[in-house]
Amino acid sequence: MGGVESLYFVAGGSIVMTIAKKAVVWGLFAAGGTLSSFLFPVLIALFLLIATGNVPEGLQFEQFHTFAASWLGKACLFIVLFLSLWHAAHRLRVVAHDFGIRKDTLVANTVYAVAAIGTVLAAFYLFSIR
Amino acid sequence: MSRNPYVRPISTTTWYMRHGRYKVYVLRELTSFLVMFYSFLTLVGLYALSTSPESWDAFLASQQGVGMIIFHAVALLYFLFFQTFPWFKLAPKAMPVQMGETKVPDNAIIIGHYIAWAVLSLFILWLAGVLS
Repeated sequence: MGGVESLYFVAGGSIVMTIAKKAVVWGLFAAGGTLSSFLFPVLIALFLLIATGNVPEGLQFEQFHTFAASWLGKACLFIVLFLSLWHAAHRLRVVAHDFGIRKDTLVANTVYAVAAIGTVLAAFYLFSIR
Repeated sequence: MSRNPYVRPISTTTWYMRHGRYKVYVLRELTSFLVMFYSFLTLVGLYALSTSPESWDAFLASQQGVGMIIFHAVALLYFLFFQTFPWFKLAPKAMPVQMGETKVPDNAIIIGHYIAWAVLSLFILWLAGVLS
């Protein structure tokens, strides 16, 4: 293989790579949007219940600690937090642009750093619940 | 082409105020602040949970009050009408479902989302001990 063909091959490869990367980024974003759309209303409702002083039984220390200490509980909490943070970060980047902030690199680094810190904290806290 | 084409001046900071549809768009996008806020609030809770029973109780106590009730109630309504429901409405366009030759009607996909959402929410409320 030589000349034009290999060039085409290289170009084709990089296009495939770009599409694959975009698919992952977009997939995580969409998954986060779906998860937060489905789960945040009930999460906010639980915080509302806590705010009224009627802490439900499952959120008392014993029960909730048992849930968060289980591998299934850990996995659920981590996936929801990680994907929601990623989703929100991506959208906040667009929001910044919509409000006339044109320093996209700075904004992107900031929001993704916040999401990354949140994700690491989630992993760390969940790991230390045993 | 003219050397100095006329560019209609549009504010980069207040453009969405010109049209109702743009305002709705911006309101929808702003729900991402709520996602960030509640994610980090949950993280603060997980930190308290990982520390001790006393700190978990202190976290729960710190979340009580009339101010928080109003905040959560407004946040809940805002989130439902500007994130959850629009997301469901968008679902058939984002993920069209085809069965054999026939396309699943948009309404069926939307109703499916609402049913799944209701079941999931009730399950979590049951898990949290609200429904028992």
